[in-house]
Amino acid sequence: MAERPAVNGTNSNGTDSNATSGTYLIRGASILGAGAEDLLIRDGVITGRGTDLSDDGATIIDADGLIALPGMVDVHTHLREPGREDAETVETGTRAAALGGFTAVHAMANSTPVADTAGVVEQVHSLGRAAGWVDVRPVGAVTVGLAGEQLAELGAMADSRAQVRMFSDDGICVHDPVLMRRALEYVKAFDGVVAQHAQEPRLTAGAQMNEGEVSAVLGLTGWPAVAEESIIARDVLLAQHVGSRLHVCHVSTAGSVEIIRWAKGRGINVTAEVTPHHLLLTDELVRSYDPVYKVNPPLRTDADVQALRAALADGTIDVVGTDHAPHPSEHKECEWAQAALGMTGLETALSVVQHAMIESGLMTWSDFARVTSIAPAAIGRLEDQGRPLEEGEPANLILVDPAARWTVDPSAMATMGRNSPFSGMELPGKVVATFFKGHPTVLEGHLNTPYRYPADVPAAGTAAGN
Amino acid sequence: MKHLLSTENLSLSNAVRILDTAEEMAAVGDREVKKLPALRGRTVVNLFFEDSTRTRISFEAAAKRLSADVINFAAKGSSVSKGESLKDTAQTLSAMGADAVVIRHWASGAPHRLAATDWIDAAVINAGDGTHEHPTQALLDAFTMRRHWTKLAGLPSTGADLMGMRVAIAGDVLHSRVARSNVWLLRTLGAEVTLVAPPTLLPIGVEKWPCNVSYNMDDTLEKGVDAVMMLRVQGERMNASFFPSTREYSRRWGFDDNRLRALDSLGLKDTIIMHPGPMNRGLEISAAAADSPRSTVLAQVRNGVSVRMAALYLLLSGDTREPAATPKESK
Repeated sequence: MAERPAVNGTNSNGTDSNATSGTYLIRGASILGAGAEDLLIRDGVITGRGTDLSDDGATIIDADGLIALPGMVDVHTHLREPGREDAETVETGTRAAALGGFTAVHAMANSTPVADTAGVVEQVHSLGRAAGWVDVRPVGAVTVGLAGEQLAELGAMADSRAQVRMFSDDGICVHDPVLMRRALEYVKAFDGVVAQHAQEPRLTAGAQMNEGEVSAVLGLTGWPAVAEESIIARDVLLAQHVGSRLHVCHVSTAGSVEIIRWAKGRGINVTAEVTPHHLLLTDELVRSYDPVYKVNPPLRTDADVQALRAALADGTIDVVGTDHAPHPSEHKECEWAQAALGMTGLETALSVVQHAMIESGLMTWSDFARVTSIAPAAIGRLEDQGRPLEEGEPANLILVDPAARWTVDPSAMATMGRNSPFSGMELPGKVVATFFKGHPTVLEGHLNTPYRYPADVPAAGTAAGN
Repeated sequence: MKHLLSTENLSLSNAVRILDTAEEMAAVGDREVKKLPALRGRTVVNLFFEDSTRTRISFEAAAKRLSADVINFAAKGSSVSKGESLKDTAQTLSAMGADAVVIRHWASGAPHRLAATDWIDAAVINAGDGTHEHPTQALLDAFTMRRHWTKLAGLPSTGADLMGMRVAIAGDVLHSRVARSNVWLLRTLGAEVTLVAPPTLLPIGVEKWPCNVSYNMDDTLEKGVDAVMMLRVQGERMNASFFPSTREYSRRWGFDDNRLRALDSLGLKDTIIMHPGPMNRGLEISAAAADSPRSTVLAQVRNGVSVRMAALYLLLSGDTREPAATPKESK
């Protein structure tokens, strides 16, 4: 905001802060939407919380009117690298993530090559550390090449430097019930979770959009709700049978919500995710035949949207996951049936959730922290994310201006993808600052500098890396 | 109306105007010199991403009778991965100065994309897109029905609608762009439509359409019907379990000789039998039905040229805009 003083100059110590030794005093932020307090950040840790904290040597950030929240954690991001660097790279995708208020993202496995070996997940993990904008947590493929035939080396990925805990063939359903059962069982050995893309393949052959009133008129092959719901029903029963942990990606139908609610009522260890676009958009938009609205699972009906919002508010759905899916323009500037599936989401997630959930009165900012940070960090087993904003906790946090209003302009985004379905919409809320490991990756709503891991700072005269 | 993309949003006044103009065009077809100079110097491109000789030559004849220059562009198999994209093709045609693009495409919505983007500025006529719409087919069907319906009433065709006419559309509605375009247009013109099909070949959501739905051909005939339109059915559909066999389909849903006789015994002496072609004789329609005096199959083909002439003429002469509320005073 224009009237806010610049904060990224030298601090009052007069020393040039290196990567981890920056000291920041956030003045008067509304903590999770409650009363205004100060937060002192030093060496990557919150070292003080209270009123009128001493500004000894710290860079002061005036947070009057801003809300402080734990850094958002995305359980579902497509960073495209390796393989589709024309769509997105780890660098550009994590810049977008930082701007969107994220301090950690889970990078889905459908890269080229597929992230189905320790080597590939370590590569993605290293690229994330080199970029330094957020914590990049690679998701490992469940099956070799996402082919749904043979388990990938899940244990090797879990033991790798990437320490993979979430496994998914996202984009493709693990539809073989025996394979799904084995995957659920096997990941118990290292406290993993299988994140299922619930889509019965036979019921969705050639599917283009939600099957219903609109698809009937448009003559586009339908993607029926039952294709999602039948897989979720099977999987929660499998998870119960083998006593394992299941995560359901991008839940999109009212029927799925009912099944998950039933499963949780029985004590089944299932978590569920909803995307921002499924909280706001409906299949009526497909009448334009504009492929920017083509996504998998497809946009559903208003009744589904309302059920998903209610489920996120009451905890039946645990988390918001963006399913950020950038594509080069030529994959969207074509016939609907030819177009690629997916939408960008990292830089609009906070605003869409504020609009759909908070301004509608369904949730508070404290609930927002639960569904965008605390619960997703727990699902991914990220110990230093989604933590309370208290003394001694890691300083992964964001400052949000809830009163801001902005018009979505995909061409101004940090992601390489221009395929935002929210283009031209006016949305509330803006990320003003993002602190990742105590370092401001975003200040004044703009990218600042990336965090540098101490071990990665090259010593003078030595070759970097190994 | 700059484009003709669907009948769903075609107003009654524009629909009647196209049909009336087609009557005038039909008169040209009866003359010794079947040609008007109306579109001299204009270029019409037939852009066909899917084979359809019947539709293409109908549009070609229509454009030529209006003295337009015609370019036939068979872009079969084009895709992002194989060959040129729709965007590049459209921009190429635009650079060549096409005034109208008649597009047939296997993908539903492709004509909408041409019309909605800035890839090309030409008038776009949908000549059939996927399983979405085929508006000129519905217009030629309505033209054929209107001539029949007004003749029975002893009234002139021009200016009339189809109020009170009972139309049964039978067959593979799920995959039929002809059925969709007919349902919307016949509703607009005041006809009463009943879809007759096996439940597997009706789309989920059909209950919201402005028509009746029946699973029983004989019941529909017994209730009385003024036109029966049989839709083409692909025999291969039985491989995807849409129906058990072509023989069962034919018995339950086809227009066979027994049903042809039933029209007589039910006293439906003026009921016509329609088919958009190409016909599968012996599957959805028997040879006797197709060749009977009730059949309008060849009249539909003939009328197709007149209707397409009308569409091209009205779009390219910029004459189908809805009447403006207050004409602007300028110059």
